[in-house]
Amino acid sequence: MGQPVNAMGTRAHCNVTRDRATALIAAASASTAFAASAGEVQFGLINPETIVAHQIQDLHTIVLWICIVIGLVVFGLLFYTLARHRRSIGHEAKLVEESKALQVAWTLIPLLIVVGMAFPATRTVIAMKDTSNPDLTIKITGYQWHWRYDYLGKDISFYSVLSTPRGQIENQEPKGENYLLEVDNPMVVPVDKKVRILVTANDVIHSWWVPAFGVKQDAIPGFVRDAWFKVDAPGVYRGQCAELCGKEHGYMPIVVQALPDKEFETWLATQEARSKAAGSAAAADAGKTYSLDELKTQGQAVYDRSCAACHQPNGQGVPPTFPPIAHGVVTTGPLAAHLDMVLHGSKKNPAMAAFGGQLSDLEIAAVVTYERNAFGNTQGDTLQPRDVAAARK
Amino acid sequence: MDTSVDAVAHEVEHETPAGIARWLTATNHKDIGTLYLCFSVAMLLVGGLMALTIRAELFKPGLQLVNGELFNELTTMHGLIMVFGAVMPAFVGFANWQLPMMIGAPDMAFPRLNNFSFWLLPPAAILLVSSFFVPGGASGAGWTFYPPLSIEMGPGMDMAIFAVHLLGVSSVIGAINIVTTVLNMRAPGMTLMKMPMFVWTWLLTAYLLIAVIPVLAGAVTMLLTDRHFGTHFFNAAGGGDPVLFQHIFWFFGHPEVYILILPAFGIISHVIPTFARKPLFGYRSMVFASCAIALVAVLVWAHHMFTVGMPVGGQLFFMYATLLVAIPTGVKVFNWIATMWQGSITLETPMLFAVGFLFVFIVGGLTGVILAIVPVDVQVHDTYYIVAHFHYTMVAGSLFGLFAGAYYWLPKWTGHRYDEALGRRHFWLSMIFFNATFFVQFFLGLAGMPRRIPDYPLQFTTLNMISSIGAFGFGLSQLVFVYMVIKCVRGGEKAPARVWEGATGLEWTLPSPPPHHSFKTPPALTQPATAVAYPVLDPS
Repeated sequence: MGQPVNAMGTRAHCNVTRDRATALIAAASASTAFAASAGEVQFGLINPETIVAHQIQDLHTIVLWICIVIGLVVFGLLFYTLARHRRSIGHEAKLVEESKALQVAWTLIPLLIVVGMAFPATRTVIAMKDTSNPDLTIKITGYQWHWRYDYLGKDISFYSVLSTPRGQIENQEPKGENYLLEVDNPMVVPVDKKVRILVTANDVIHSWWVPAFGVKQDAIPGFVRDAWFKVDAPGVYRGQCAELCGKEHGYMPIVVQALPDKEFETWLATQEARSKAAGSAAAADAGKTYSLDELKTQGQAVYDRSCAACHQPNGQGVPPTFPPIAHGVVTTGPLAAHLDMVLHGSKKNPAMAAFGGQLSDLEIAAVVTYERNAFGNTQGDTLQPRDVAAARK
Repeated sequence: MDTSVDAVAHEVEHETPAGIARWLTATNHKDIGTLYLCFSVAMLLVGGLMALTIRAELFKPGLQLVNGELFNELTTMHGLIMVFGAVMPAFVGFANWQLPMMIGAPDMAFPRLNNFSFWLLPPAAILLVSSFFVPGGASGAGWTFYPPLSIEMGPGMDMAIFAVHLLGVSSVIGAINIVTTVLNMRAPGMTLMKMPMFVWTWLLTAYLLIAVIPVLAGAVTMLLTDRHFGTHFFNAAGGGDPVLFQHIFWFFGHPEVYILILPAFGIISHVIPTFARKPLFGYRSMVFASCAIALVAVLVWAHHMFTVGMPVGGQLFFMYATLLVAIPTGVKVFNWIATMWQGSITLETPMLFAVGFLFVFIVGGLTGVILAIVPVDVQVHDTYYIVAHFHYTMVAGSLFGLFAGAYYWLPKWTGHRYDEALGRRHFWLSMIFFNATFFVQFFLGLAGMPRRIPDYPLQFTTLNMISSIGAFGFGLSQLVFVYMVIKCVRGGEKAPARVWEGATGLEWTLPSPPPHHSFKTPPALTQPATAVAYPVLDPS
């Protein structure tokens, strides 16, 4: 932390040799002059911050150079023959002998080249898969459309949701520096420690990707896949979901904050203390009866975070996949059925996920109460956290 | 073989119905070819409009024109319509027009089946386009239909599945027709190793279609039963596996991209010799390379899935197999350049597009090699790098190949020479704007822009603006092509039988336009294929 980090975790240092390869193709492109004038355009891979990401960048540089050389040779031959063997300059067609040696050469040489590429790549593939002996294991779960981080063996788990205001997306206010790459609670990891991630999803396939780490792992519902990284330097690293996961696919970024070991330990202790306090507070309040207004206030916050993406901030939904909350069948029907829908999801419509695992008793009680008493709904009934706890059993 | 040709080559001229009935009941390979090509151009324009809407939305960050759902629907339908509606039918149109003429046959083997396979297409297109207007809109799960997302979609998804079924049936019937025609109706003396390259590549394509389209049909049918009939093929909670779908889909999907490029290889193998005034270099190695590409096509599917978390062994196998694709593809490129070498080259529009094809296809092919390297692929998978790569191979590769073929054979089909100035203009506009649109997308992908997002972080703005401007230029340039075709069909300088002085092959022995039944009596071949790369008649 503390040092200047621009978007996507590109730290402000510049690696001359690595950038030269991509700069070369950039020079070949007709658009260079235009693009360069903008000043902030990135042409190569994001600066690597882990050993694997370094290897990926080196591999890319090697393979790119080989391809540039092959490309130059082939284009050279192509443009030479186009320039010299033209009828307009009086060139007569001559039959070229079909040479076996030539045929063999242009089969074998490419074969040798690709074998040469495969060697270093194999080494990195094996390194990427070696998730043994981690210092810290974090389970990452993809939801439509946010991430959840569970620190295994620690009492820490939280959701990480896009924090860019809707107004910026809808062009009503100026866009901030980290537009679409900022979250409320970033994942926090220690520097120089091997972090193993267990990636899964709750609804559809997502993909957890931080370019600076060289990690992109699909999050597949019902299966757990793993990957690992060891961050070189403290900083904030940003990425985005890389697998199409529905309408808000572009709005579930990943932010990882890498802290020096000591600061990480402090963060860990604070988080554990906080979750312990929250746990005992929840236990103390388990039997408490909340008023309609209390529940509605809390419920609105839950609704905006967990429901509004599909059912819309105005409760109108997007029928038929996302039915309206306002004067909805469920939200104006029996309370028990409404609670069941939120707790266990819809049996008919797979788009309605089960929120029992995502939300606390109080949150579910609040959001159900809110939905029944907002957007023109006037059921007037309240749902208490203890009722939710009872329904869970 | 003789008897079958004789049986079809009867002397009785039948009545051809006029007006709309001519097209509805068409059994003539040329009429059906025309139907396919017109359908394909219409779909190209529809899919193109979707692409332009996507690029307009991406001109700057923030949501301006469409919301996240409509954006996904547009990318999904753009992909489906371009692959199944524009490029595949265009190649089938070329096959219908050209194959009988190139092998010395009167028509296709199954004319009525031919009619049926075309008329399955418009209902499929109507299903796809009208799905935008059903509740919930069109499918927004991507043209790859990955579950569980595709399970969540509304009825638009079912319409897309049914459309894919229809398109698949059409493709398989068409492929069976082509295989039968090529294997049974060649002129006497035209052995397999004397077949024109376009015939060879289409034969291989047809076999690939028969092998993989049923697999796609199976995959989407399993989706359908998962959606409505309580099965759990792709649902982990019921013992299924979402990744299973990806394996099945890409077992179809990877051969599919070779289905989209092999016939283009065939076209280029005719255009380059014609305008270099030299026979095709290395005919035999071209045939073997095409066979090798078709074979490897079914062994590399999982390179589309390097981030799903395959075991090391799986990743390495698919990396090595994918790298092997470079070798036969390289052989083809070298053979084409050797064909031009020491030639007497002129750059009429078909040759411009063929050279343009080589240029952009090499970029697409080399980036394909980079993508085969698993660790690099993990970094750029599902980013704009992939979008750029497959547009270099499919737009620049397949579409430029189609344009080269269209300019090459249009005078033969219509009997009129096309407007050369318009053709050249079309080429240069397409070439410049294509590269402006897609080259910058390589940089966007490397810098970390995911694909299929309606809105993006600010550092991607400049390159997206360039790409969008290029896309509008590229889209509008295609109107030049449509205008050129209409002008050529309606009139122009009379084209001789042998339109291009360097052209060889049976189709050029027929008058322009060719008669109703292409060859009523099978032509006699005289020269061996190896001398001229594909058969010609005695110069007379």
